[in-house]
Amino acid sequence: MHPAFSVLVFTVLSGAGYGLISLLVLAHLAGIPQLQDTAVLLAGGLLAFLLITGGLLSSTLHLANPKNAWRAFSRFRTSWLSREAVFAVLFYPFLLLYLFGIYRQGAELGALFKLAGILAATLALVTLFCTSMIYASLKTIRQWNSALTPLNYLALGLMSGALLLAAVQAVAQGGLAAVLQQLALGLVLLGAVAKLIYLFWIGKPAGSTIHTATGFTQASVRLLDQGHTANSFLNDEFGYRVEAERLMKLRYLMVGLAFVLPFMLLLSGQAWLAPAASVLAIAGLLTERWLFFAEARHVVRLFHGEQHT
Amino acid sequence: MKLGLVVDLDTCVGCHGCATACKQWNTSGTIGPLSDKDPYGRDPNGAWLNRIRTYEVGDTPNSKTVNMPMSCMHCDNAACVTVCPTGASYKREEDGIVLVDQDKCMGCNLCSWACPYGARELDPHQGTMKKCTLCVDRIYDERLPKGERQPACVLTCPTKSRVFGDFDDPDSEVSRLARERGGKQLMPELGYNPVNTYLPPRNKKQQAAYETSGRSVKDTVKQWVNKVIAR
Ligand code: SF4
Ligand code: SF4
Ligand code: SF4
Repeated sequence: MHPAFSVLVFTVLSGAGYGLISLLVLAHLAGIPQLQDTAVLLAGGLLAFLLITGGLLSSTLHLANPKNAWRAFSRFRTSWLSREAVFAVLFYPFLLLYLFGIYRQGAELGALFKLAGILAATLALVTLFCTSMIYASLKTIRQWNSALTPLNYLALGLMSGALLLAAVQAVAQGGLAAVLQQLALGLVLLGAVAKLIYLFWIGKPAGSTIHTATGFTQASVRLLDQGHTANSFLNDEFGYRVEAERLMKLRYLMVGLAFVLPFMLLLSGQAWLAPAASVLAIAGLLTERWLFFAEARHVVRLFHGEQHT
Repeated sequence: MKLGLVVDLDTCVGCHGCATACKQWNTSGTIGPLSDKDPYGRDPNGAWLNRIRTYEVGDTPNSKTVNMPMSCMHCDNAACVTVCPTGASYKREEDGIVLVDQDKCMGCNLCSWACPYGARELDPHQGTMKKCTLCVDRIYDERLPKGERQPACVLTCPTKSRVFGDFDDPDSEVSRLARERGGKQLMPELGYNPVNTYLPPRNKKQQAAYETSGRSVKDTVKQWVNKVIAR
């Protein structure tokens, strides 16, 4: 699949924002002492707001006819993209109410504001889940059509959120809280394991072949001519090709940037390394998302001569 | 009603006539235009609703060239419709035709990702999704003579390799052909239950292949030269 930059930015940034806000609310309401601090809560909330809003705006850039984007709310019953849009919008009033509560009352929130926080955190995770289901529900792309896709999106969103939360807290208070450090370390491990399982799983041959695609199941089938000498929409969208060697290099880069380096920086416990860890992780996740697209092979490629997906 | 096409892979000669007739009809039809980017330039790229690919099936000398035209299969279980967030894509209750409402589409491409058959292409100028309409603007047009109330691609096909009809009617020509010739669905394992049906090539007597004498090229040439000189 062709990796559209706007979609990479959208899924990574909004994922990090949703992860950040849900962990922030959780840590705040669970009474973790370092998070009973108005400055940390407001800074974290604002950062999540910016990441999510920036991501959503970026996602509209890949629409070829954005003037009809408002109609995307209309098929909630069947379409995961529609569900994502509805939950993404529903999330905002609760986030704003929660942040308003903190602004007015500080960390000691009244019941209404607490409830708004809990709802914002829940809707954040639900939206992230809907995003992942857009990809996971496509039977045409076997690399995506799996429960591992939502698992990866949720794990990586929470992971980058935890790194950002640790960074915000460390910068605001001049020292990294042990509990946030451990949370982030744990989630980096979880994210790495989820990603490695995914990479292992997509490596196994499976799914449709040129034989089931053309209906000639008892003889070899080779493409002689794709029917057009210039390019086509299908080639541009689905025919994206990268050499195996380059994919391998990018996989190593991704594991290093997204998991290994942030883990080591955070393990040092130095407050000033926490922001660096989260920036590296975001860069790593952009690479991860690029690979998620580049390594996904749509079944249309079978009609264009590929023997299997 | 379940309207769709039967495509005969035995007789299709791969002339691209159906694709051209389709583009011609539909560019001024209900979902038109079907625009092209850079049509006379170095790298033209545009929306087509029908594409023909050519395969070699089997190995020489027992191989066969098969031309496979593909347009929307008007699937029973059309995931392209369920994924569409705007409601632009829909499947008609009365005849099963899958259409895109050009006034609602936001050009997110998701339906083209959900389609296994490459049947949807984004219009490069309008930014909306285009696909085969089964020529809905021909088949019901009562101003046309009865025999012409057929899709443009079907009418134009010089070898009559495309047949249009109702698969719900067991006595229709499409149902009969599908039954008698062992019609196949493409990629049935994905569960889309495509309506369009492909008739596999008939088994024909193998043509005797040209036998070479086993001599090298050099010897053959020498022999020719000797023959000429001997005269
Ligand atoms: S062939 Fe593709 S576009 Fe047509 S109905 Fe089936 S899934 Fe939808
Ligand atoms: S491109 Fe248009 S028709 Fe296709 S899913 Fe998006 S809005 Fe629906
Ligand atoms: S039925 Fe009409 S729209 Fe569909 S491929 Fe044939 S000519 Fe094109």
